[in-house]
Amino acid sequence: MRGQLAEARLPAIFVRMKPDSLLYPAPKGLYCQKGDFYIDPVQPVERALITHGHSDHARAGHRRVLATRETLDIMRIRYGDGFCGESEIAKLGEAMTVNGVRVSFHPAGHVLGSAQIAVEAGGKRIVVSGDYKRRSDPTCRPFEPVSCDVFITEATFGLPVFHHPDDRAETARLLASLKQFPERAHVVGAYALGKAQRVIALLRQQGYDEPIHIHGALAKLCEYYRTEGIDLGDLRPATLAGDKRPDFAGGIVIGPPSAFADRWARRFAEPVAAFASGWMLIRQRAKQRGVELPLVISDHCDWAELTGTIREIAPAEVWVTHGREEALVRWCELECIPARPLHLVGYDDEGE
Amino acid sequence: MKAFAELLGRLVLTPQRNAKIRLLADYFRSTPDPSRGFALAAIAGTLSLNTVKPALIRDLLLERMDEVLFHYSYDYVGDLAETVSLAWEPPQGTAPADIPLGEVVERLQRAGRSEVRSLVRDVLDRLDTAGRFAFLKLVTGGLRIGVSARLAKQALADMGGKDIGEIETLWHGLSPPYLPLFLWLSGEAEMPVLTTPAVFHSVMLATPIGEGDLEGLDPADFAAEWKWDGIRVQLANIGGVRRLYSRSGDEISGAFPEIIEAADIAGVIDGELLVGGTMRTNRATATFGDLQQRLNRKTVNRKLFEDFPAFIRGYDILFSGERDMRPEPFQTRRQALAALIDAASPQHFDLSPLVPFSTWEELDRLRSEPPDPVIEGIMLKRLDSPYLAGRMKGPWFKWKRAPFNIDAVLMYAQRGHGKRSSYYSDFTFGVWTEAEGGTALVPVGKAYFGFTDAELEVLDRFVRDNTVERFGPVRAVRAEPDAGFVVEVAFEGLNRSTRHKSGVAMRFPRIARLRPDKLPREADRLETLQAMIGIKS
Repeated sequence: MRGQLAEARLPAIFVRMKPDSLLYPAPKGLYCQKGDFYIDPVQPVERALITHGHSDHARAGHRRVLATRETLDIMRIRYGDGFCGESEIAKLGEAMTVNGVRVSFHPAGHVLGSAQIAVEAGGKRIVVSGDYKRRSDPTCRPFEPVSCDVFITEATFGLPVFHHPDDRAETARLLASLKQFPERAHVVGAYALGKAQRVIALLRQQGYDEPIHIHGALAKLCEYYRTEGIDLGDLRPATLAGDKRPDFAGGIVIGPPSAFADRWARRFAEPVAAFASGWMLIRQRAKQRGVELPLVISDHCDWAELTGTIREIAPAEVWVTHGREEALVRWCELECIPARPLHLVGYDDEGE
Repeated sequence: MKAFAELLGRLVLTPQRNAKIRLLADYFRSTPDPSRGFALAAIAGTLSLNTVKPALIRDLLLERMDEVLFHYSYDYVGDLAETVSLAWEPPQGTAPADIPLGEVVERLQRAGRSEVRSLVRDVLDRLDTAGRFAFLKLVTGGLRIGVSARLAKQALADMGGKDIGEIETLWHGLSPPYLPLFLWLSGEAEMPVLTTPAVFHSVMLATPIGEGDLEGLDPADFAAEWKWDGIRVQLANIGGVRRLYSRSGDEISGAFPEIIEAADIAGVIDGELLVGGTMRTNRATATFGDLQQRLNRKTVNRKLFEDFPAFIRGYDILFSGERDMRPEPFQTRRQALAALIDAASPQHFDLSPLVPFSTWEELDRLRSEPPDPVIEGIMLKRLDSPYLAGRMKGPWFKWKRAPFNIDAVLMYAQRGHGKRSSYYSDFTFGVWTEAEGGTALVPVGKAYFGFTDAELEVLDRFVRDNTVERFGPVRAVRAEPDAGFVVEVAFEGLNRSTRHKSGVAMRFPRIARLRPDKLPREADRLETLQAMIGIKS
């Protein structure tokens, strides 16, 4: 209701406004001049709207932050109470106004708390998808398509080679390897926010109820997911102190990918190095990282889902950001959908 | 195909030998015939298929895909078979099915030239991504999964609880899909009996002498022979069928017609193929470089025959006439061999002489100063040992001339695999050379073994503390005249190379010792290495 009233009071000039003047890329991130706010800015700003808690999108040090309750909680866990000057909760599906611009948050299906942000003024609506996926994920709400004039899509896996397999088949491969090599520790690299909890939840869904050992960097976030009602089963620290350390033979250990290049990884019994990421689809990627058991589990859309989403939403125009923009723009051309790359800087399109 | 695809996927990324064997053995156990036999053939390199050209699979993809998008994809992935397997989209309504590998191979073998295109398209439509990748690797003829035929045979031995020697004995008499072999391994039939004569028999191989191996061995139990630097061959003449095989079982009769013509012997012998003169004609043996003139040729012209006459220096005998000599002890076989060679053409056959010795020290001296430049070391053979197929430790040892050693400077390091994935354990090292702007290091080789676990800790710490630049997974380390890390590198020989910036390529380099006592400026120079080219160890 609030949003509709605000729109009704808009001055006439904005009614003719082209979508790209409502939002455009600025050095600090995607900027809305009319509302004087940024979306996922990469440097501290006066006012930020944040799509989700991954560190390249959610940075500390903004004066005012508007995000979902879960995203704000996650930022607090990662950066401490002083992560911003003032925080405001955005409720999914509810329209609000920011300096006269109507904004609303909608589930993105990427990680817990992730949202797309719809920005609306002068009868034009732009949806910033942030990172998103279309597969079901036991740890977060599914993506909801929002009709719009401009759809800003990510393109992390924006090449026709990316077809993510069924995630349950991937965790089943992990369980099969555990049976085949029961004397070896299976050490799984997974991003601390989202991926790790999704892998654990998938394993639990498949009936694996042994304790899963986690790296210290995952502890707080896993605990948070648990308080949000996501059952992760018996989790234990993989960093036991004391002189007799277990070597985790036959067990599953989950940690952030960076930990596996580190001395931390030396404690495990003949580890089978696994890595849960969409990149694991490419053999050379797995080989370069020394991964023995690649698990293709992604929190992003694959090619078919990116193109399928664009068809479903049917926006008048598509803007493509972080990832392989050129291929998705080419696809849009072939489909006669106006599209252009946004060239935003500062997002980590490799981290997954 | 699903199981085979999963197997290939795991094998490519699994560095440990034992883990590979388990993956293979589990696959052979759980996969029905004939799929497992064709998989074995694909891995061991004995599968012959009408290969499909890369251009064909590219064309098939472009039937369905925009060329610009294809280029973006191929550039990103870098491998054509992988690009096609990933980007392939079956038509709406075709659910992926699991076609057994055996069916795929049989269809490919039956297909005529004109049917191949639609067959490949049809199979691609019916497989999932991993299946498509395995299929494309199979039909384009390049599995490259880091598994030797020997490793596959070890997995077969594990699967059936048999000795690998028995599998080696049978191997060259069987062919894909190896049905009798698997029947025997799964306990459903007796060991297959070979019927074809003049079939290649797997050769007996030696293990290198390692540190401490000679302790506890009595010199009186062993015969010593020179290790000649030619190519190991097997010559068979059974029932008038004459064949010359390389040590891997490839037939090379065509390249050496004079040997085949002179093979007026009855049985199967093992020896070294060399060029030059036999000892029985008192002419010198020529070098490996000369022998290379005769290798890899389909036909031989008259001049080559005259300049590089080939002969066989006999090492052993497997069959005397039809009598299997392999169970006999070395001494008995040697007598039979000597008699056979004595009766054969003196220009084409001689007997590898024994080297008399009484202590290991004496043999060590002989080994380091052999009387002929075509000798690359010493072979030790237990007098009582039977002829056993394959390489096992104990009955035969090889003791090469001492390796070369140089001091080199660590330049780059890369993380290892598996157990070593948290260590920087692959090292590139260099020596000094004059370059534009003064003296500089040039990389001369790469080594990832030779050091102890404790030494690896030291190297790893050095790399972590002295990284100056990163290139993806590779770290450049500090390497200046007065700051850096010197290692002693041992290698077996040096070849000229146009692929390496330094112009030299090392054979079997490994890190022999750490030299923290030396400064990089004291390391060797490229000229030292260049002077070693062509000298063999």
